[in-house]
Amino acid sequence: MENFYGFFLDNLLIIYLLAFTVLLGFEIIAKVPTVLHTPLMSGSNAISGVVVIGAILLVRLTEPTDYLTLSLGFAGIVLGMINAAGGFVVTDRMLEMFKKKKK
Amino acid sequence: MLLTFIIEIFFLLGSIGFIWGLRLMSSPDTARKGNIYAGVGMTLAIIAALIMPLEGNVPNNYIWIFAALIVGTIIGYYSAIKVAMTSMPQMVSVFNGLGGACAVVLGLADVIHYYDETKVVDTLGFLTVLLTLFIGGVAFTGSIFAYAKLEDLVDDKKVTLPKHSVINMVMLAGLIGLGAYILMQGEAIGMEAAIIFLVISLIYGVSFVAPIGGADMPVVISLLNSFSGLSGAAAGILFDSQFMVVGGILVGASGTILTVMMCNAMNRSIWNVLIGGFGGTSAIGATATGGSVKEISLNDASIQLYYSQSVIIVPGYGLAVAQAQKICKEIDDQLSANGVDVKYAIHPVAGRMPGHMNVLLAEADVPYPKLLDLDEANSALSSADVAIIVGANDVVNPAAENDPGSPIYGMPVLKVWNAKSVIVLKRSMRSGYAGIENPLFFHERTKMLFGDAKDVLSKLNSEIKSL
Repeated sequence: MENFYGFFLDNLLIIYLLAFTVLLGFEIIAKVPTVLHTPLMSGSNAISGVVVIGAILLVRLTEPTDYLTLSLGFAGIVLGMINAAGGFVVTDRMLEMFKKKKK
Repeated sequence: MLLTFIIEIFFLLGSIGFIWGLRLMSSPDTARKGNIYAGVGMTLAIIAALIMPLEGNVPNNYIWIFAALIVGTIIGYYSAIKVAMTSMPQMVSVFNGLGGACAVVLGLADVIHYYDETKVVDTLGFLTVLLTLFIGGVAFTGSIFAYAKLEDLVDDKKVTLPKHSVINMVMLAGLIGLGAYILMQGEAIGMEAAIIFLVISLIYGVSFVAPIGGADMPVVISLLNSFSGLSGAAAGILFDSQFMVVGGILVGASGTILTVMMCNAMNRSIWNVLIGGFGGTSAIGATATGGSVKEISLNDASIQLYYSQSVIIVPGYGLAVAQAQKICKEIDDQLSANGVDVKYAIHPVAGRMPGHMNVLLAEADVPYPKLLDLDEANSALSSADVAIIVGANDVVNPAAENDPGSPIYGMPVLKVWNAKSVIVLKRSMRSGYAGIENPLFFHERTKMLFGDAKDVLSKLNSEIKSL
């Protein structure tokens, strides 16, 4: 149990961050109207491309001779980037259709 | 020092871009700007990750990084430009899967470095690694399997094993047990155990999606969306990146909310969806529907529509399958030109993912103020002259309101029978996804128009033109 108290106290800031982001996320997303649920999903999908950041850091820290890790990192960046770039572009394409028509 | 400061500002701005962008998604007028803010946020963060100073020996390997960034961007861009709007659920599924796969890759790299002792990870750190492998693994294989289901590459019934929910429980319990064992043993048991953990997670992903299908697809896609976000957040803890945590949690929250909304729209608990579907055909016969079906001629239908005050169109996935949105919009234009007030009533589970039908109609240039959600539609329906149902079935079933014996009893539905008259476009008298009889077809105000949705709508369109 001592361990747990220690962990809590050491990581207080990240625990605050987690708690507030969860609450903020629910608060913002509950306001999105049903009309926009598909773009919301593809847009948030693009945001889950944040994993690409981790993959970039991984490759930067890898020894140039460690081909296994380099290949893993390469694959990670490609996968994350497809997710991010594709997600934002397809969301933009959808939202363009929702713009006000002037007739 | 200055560089670190600038880098951290970039990450901060990136996180704010995500939050502000999602906030702007609360209205169709500002949503596009919101998406751009989120995209800018991501770009800033990628730049920051490329140049941020790192401790120790940093070989950078920029050639690998830029090659991968370019390949990923090109693939992402072209698939996004090319995909048809009807295939949006498939695309979102694949993207969910890729995000999960990326998290798995990151977790795997940590596992390798933990066991070859190039990285020191404490027990809690390794728990995060296992969580990343599990959530990311399930998001990966689950999404790819969901994609295969949406593309009709697999048959729902063939992939469901007897006692499937028990098998899933056993697998989940096994994962928890194995995970605890790995954490307790530490480096003593070697890397194989962690690899086995990953493999079971990957199998679990497929197995967990296998029995869910048909009308429950929107729930699955939302849930996997949430998983892909959470796997990103877990990976963020591994890399000590607040930015990744914020992004991942926001996606997790979004997916969770949509999952709950979809479950509510079907009046089912998440547990109920995950454990088993409607059970195929066993549900038939809850209501012994009698009475006769009345048909209406194309000519009568067109006159009725043309000379009414208000018409509400209720589109279902059948409309999208028949690719009839454009003709639907043409009819709408003709009726509107004659002063008819035309609106669309959209049930939350009308498409195959949340909000899918709205996108399909927007693609056909239907302005979004004409799209009514469940509550708006139900108040509008009571004063409407004609409700015309195109390719929808279970979402307009009165049994959900008044037949406690029906499997969909309690599910919120569009009360089309409150309109002065109802026209149902339908291929045949076959029942819907859930395999439930629909008493609406025998209702005194209902008239049927049989045939292929696109075919019937085009004929209706030309009839109206000749009036």
